Amino acid sequence: MKTEVLEKKRSMTGAEAIVHCLLKENVDTVFGYPGGAIMPFYDALFDFQNDIKHILVRHEQGATHAAQGYARASGKVGVCIATSGPGATNLITGIADAQIDSTPLVCITGQVASKLLGTDAFQETDVVGISMPVTKWNFQVTRAEEIPVALAKAFFIARSGRPGPVLIDITKDAQFGSFEFEYEPCAKVRSYVPEPLVEIEKIKEAAHLINNATRPLVLFGQGVILGDAQEEFKTFIEKAGIPSAWTILGLSALHNGHPLNVGMLGMHGNYGPNLLTNQCDVLIAVGMRFDDRVTGDVNKYAKQAKVIHLEIDPSEINKIITADVAVLGDCKRTLDLLTQEIKQNKHSNWLAQFRKCDDLEYQKVGKQELHPSADKEISMGEVIRIVSDKSKGNAIIVTDVGQHQMVAQRYYEYTKWRSNITSGGLGTMGFALPAAIGAKVGAPERLVIAVIGDGGIQMTIQELGTIFQYGIDVKILLLNNEFLGMVRQWQELFFDRRYSFTEMVNPNFQHLAKAYNIPSYKVEQRKDLEGEIEKFINHRGSYLLEVKVGKENNVFPMVPTGASVSDIRLE
Amino acid sequence: MKKQYTVSVFTENKIGLLNRVSIIFTRRHINIQSITASESEVQGIHRYTIVIEENEILVQKVVKQLEKQVDVVKAFYHDNDQLIHQEIALFKVPTNSLAGSGEVEQIIRSFNARILAVHQDFTIIEQTGHKNETQQLFADLQPHGVLEFVRSGRVAITKPMKELKDYLAEVEFASDLQNTKNYTNGKA
Repeated sequence: MKTEVLEKKRSMTGAEAIVHCLLKENVDTVFGYPGGAIMPFYDALFDFQNDIKHILVRHEQGATHAAQGYARASGKVGVCIATSGPGATNLITGIADAQIDSTPLVCITGQVASKLLGTDAFQETDVVGISMPVTKWNFQVTRAEEIPVALAKAFFIARSGRPGPVLIDITKDAQFGSFEFEYEPCAKVRSYVPEPLVEIEKIKEAAHLINNATRPLVLFGQGVILGDAQEEFKTFIEKAGIPSAWTILGLSALHNGHPLNVGMLGMHGNYGPNLLTNQCDVLIAVGMRFDDRVTGDVNKYAKQAKVIHLEIDPSEINKIITADVAVLGDCKRTLDLLTQEIKQNKHSNWLAQFRKCDDLEYQKVGKQELHPSADKEISMGEVIRIVSDKSKGNAIIVTDVGQHQMVAQRYYEYTKWRSNITSGGLGTMGFALPAAIGAKVGAPERLVIAVIGDGGIQMTIQELGTIFQYGIDVKILLLNNEFLGMVRQWQELFFDRRYSFTEMVNPNFQHLAKAYNIPSYKVEQRKDLEGEIEKFINHRGSYLLEVKVGKENNVFPMVPTGASVSDIRLE
Repeated sequence: MKKQYTVSVFTENKIGLLNRVSIIFTRRHINIQSITASESEVQGIHRYTIVIEENEILVQKVVKQLEKQVDVVKAFYHDNDQLIHQEIALFKVPTNSLAGSGEVEQIIRSFNARILAVHQDFTIIEQTGHKNETQQLFADLQPHGVLEFVRSGRVAITKPMKELKDYLAEVEFASDLQNTKNYTNGKA
């Protein structure tokens, strides 16, 4: 039972009201960093430490990524707190990441007193202006009595429809001011349509196309996860017998071992779904937005196919790829309605084509990557293969950005829902370590493994301090190639091997881990790999496992920028 | 093909919304030719009238991204044939230019322009019309001395007859998740 959850009106300060609003929204954890303009809130929070767990991060960017990891692992709204000025601006990268990857966040920032607004006061920055392009909604509160309505709206907007980050900026005088507190959760904003109305005619049109398709292909994105439509999605593809490929944010919405799961789309995705995108006759996109990393050259993308787009956000329709049939609505509902209209079907020959591509890809790429010959350096793929085996595909894999990200997503055999947490749209290096902290807090019963490169880990490495202080059990798998590997790969392939500022001279990561009392090991030889990974996974508490991997290994397949998906290169 | 379009955006009356609306254009590197903000016939709802020159496909995408904003109720785009539109221009000319030959008087008469104020030193002339008309008046007055010239953004009313309050009712209906969940086959 929460301490003093209020049923009736009571006089309180704005700062106390923020805490009570969080309690009313059932917030159990916040990630934050105190400072001058948010101090009244922190003072109020002091009395509620048993009700709201506050995780003190080491940099506000860490707070946003942790809140993202929390949201993605738990399905709840992530909350982060920062002070004005630099505290607020440090949130921006994480907010931008949450915006492009549709992650529900409520960010609360302190602001200078309202009479000082616009005067270049100490630690004043126009965070409402700065965050406007990267928030779903934002609002500045200058009076205590505005707080309950603003926060109720913030939570509603963040989680409803296509989720996203919301920022509420609260001046210091609003935190100090007293008023009669009363909380009414928000259920509706008259100018905002979270879910467009479903048009049954469109469902019927889509069903007609699907029923007459001979080579249908489903592309699924995070919409399936955000819409909590795991079952509806599975029932749909199983009834229609349609091969289904995922975007990196859709990964783990469908068991990797499902017979209709044909793998990963996009630049470093699987051979089959990329190649056959340009051979299918009906393309069914579910909760995805045709990112350019997925489509390659849009002028050579699925031109032969009829396109059905199931989407909650009307502005995604025809934004990149024109839809022949746009089915607007929450996919949990539209998939269910669509399943009722479609025929039971199988597309065995068509599915066999994907499997043939898989075999070819395995011969050309997978074999060497997953089982390199003894004379080769350790590959990222074999590390991920062993991690996948030892964790039985049950872990939450949090990845950073770059080669290791692609490899982890290609080769980890995800078996569980909500198990892939990555920075997809924004490609934010430094995402994984703090996001893994949030993921573990949001899903404490799950094994959480952060897969990070030597570049990315150093962007938010200070969060080792957060892991240390709170004893958060995050397994850190550091794949070290002493390069900014993905950029180096591009330099090799497209810039004549001119390795301009991509080589890294790294610190001793074991020493760093030791400073934070985190046990660690560095694997340099293949013979140690399996045993050390086993130890890493079974260790109780956080652990850093560094693996020295091939310096100049490349990730294949690859769709070069500007090429068509069917021009995917296997080598 | 690029063409002139007028985008009408109906919004809640909130601080900062102009910024939120304008960044939808600027992030796509679209130059706003004119922008006017005012109240609408529905209390509490403001309208922005924004003139741009772009191809229609892009304008459609922009309009959807505008509507996606939480505080935007509805957005539309129209080409010039679907609108009645007007701009207002004010000209400050030396009062002595009106004396003498009567040429300036002739110009004012031929444009149906109005004299708003006469001071000893200057006279203010007002002209409403399409941009080419106010621009022509400017050109004609210039030889006689124009001390100051200002033109407003476009205001426009659309020819289609559906009323804003009907759109508002639709949006408000759809904004209720209960309605969304129960809605089938075009009916609630």
